[in-house]
Amino acid sequence: MTTETHETDVIIIGAGPCGLFAVFELGLLGLKTYLVDILDRAGGQCAELYPEKPIYDIPAIPMCTGQELTDRLMEQVKAFDPVFHFQEMAEGLTKLDDGRWELTTDQGTKIVAHVIVIAAGGGSFVPKKPHLEGLAEYEDTSVFYAVRKIDAFAGKRIVIAGGGDSALDWALNLQPVAEKVTLVHHRDGFRAAPASVDAMHALVDAGKMEFKIAQLAGVNGDGTKMTSVRVKSKTDGESDIPADALLPFFGLTMKLGPIADFGLNLNENLIPVGTEKFETSIPSIFAIGDINTYPGKLKLILSGFHEAALMSQAAFLVCRPGERLRFQYTTSSSDLQKKLGVR
Amino acid sequence: MKVHVTDLEGNTKEIEGTIGWTLMEVIRDGGVSIKAECGGACACATCHVYVADDWMDQTGERTEEEEDMIDLALDVQDGSRLACQIELTEALDGLKVTLARDAIL
Repeated sequence: MTTETHETDVIIIGAGPCGLFAVFELGLLGLKTYLVDILDRAGGQCAELYPEKPIYDIPAIPMCTGQELTDRLMEQVKAFDPVFHFQEMAEGLTKLDDGRWELTTDQGTKIVAHVIVIAAGGGSFVPKKPHLEGLAEYEDTSVFYAVRKIDAFAGKRIVIAGGGDSALDWALNLQPVAEKVTLVHHRDGFRAAPASVDAMHALVDAGKMEFKIAQLAGVNGDGTKMTSVRVKSKTDGESDIPADALLPFFGLTMKLGPIADFGLNLNENLIPVGTEKFETSIPSIFAIGDINTYPGKLKLILSGFHEAALMSQAAFLVCRPGERLRFQYTTSSSDLQKKLGVR
Repeated sequence: MKVHVTDLEGNTKEIEGTIGWTLMEVIRDGGVSIKAECGGACACATCHVYVADDWMDQTGERTEEEEDMIDLALDVQDGSRLACQIELTEALDGLKVTLARDAIL
């Protein structure tokens, strides 16, 4: 946990394409930015959901992948030196006496700024949780959606559920320290990398790991400590696997999260904004990209870019009261070219 | 054409379908809540539905890409499909599906 308080002009919640382009537009106006994102890297949905998928509707780029778009945006904003706080969730927002905002993250980071820009897309990416009765009781004691310390699983009987890379990678990484690893997946086929699947099968053949074609059906325990994981299989029906830990890996899903408690007007988990400034119901808090809504809204990356540009004009007036907003083109302005580091 | 979509509570809604659209698009625009987070790119598994037994022949097999993505779905059944991967045709008039929990919650 950090206790240091950072200061900047604008805090952007979400480092997806719209948040990144907002860094650019705000940067052209001389405004400094901090970004907070729950993922471990920039790109938002482009990086998490479809890094390899093609995008054809970015103006002047006939085709790029989600990852390429992210990489290009990162290159475009580099000159503005944005500060990224990855793997942190924006959690609390307080208005300070001097009119600025203080944002607190779940990791204890505090950032003070004149303006908040919510560019959070569909919300925070959080682990998808199996729908099992009583599962929540064992979360953080026996049920984990991420591995922080491998040592914590030493000598434990572990059930890992899922068929993606996270499931296979952790099955392989925990096998040497665990007493027993059982991988549970609904089919004998995996979306995970073939090399990991081969390594898993080799361990199973050597009797060092168990693989069960089944699905999670429940957890058993005394309410504080889990004792076994119930699985159901098409051929064998239900059975219990004695276990100290359950690690379900079914990817991520999006939840609005603590933004819902910022006091903003919401419309079915979207934030209504005006189309002149993209300001929310609270002055100096703006919302751009997929998370906002207004008449005629289209959830397109290009719309988010437009929203970022207009929002930045309004944000400037909040950050630099009394200063004149100068409209310039990057093609001709030596001032902008200096900011871009090309002059 | 019509499709019949049943939600978690067991309520069934008849939705007007459009040939050539995906089932996900028709459900989304038909006023039934479905997450469909990636917008139809077969990249998330949050448009997970169960096709009724007597419609499974008509909706066909999962593609390999869809099969891989269903590895991230919860409570997989024989009729599990991603609604964004079912394109509506004349033959699917009357199709019955039930939303999976991970398409809603």
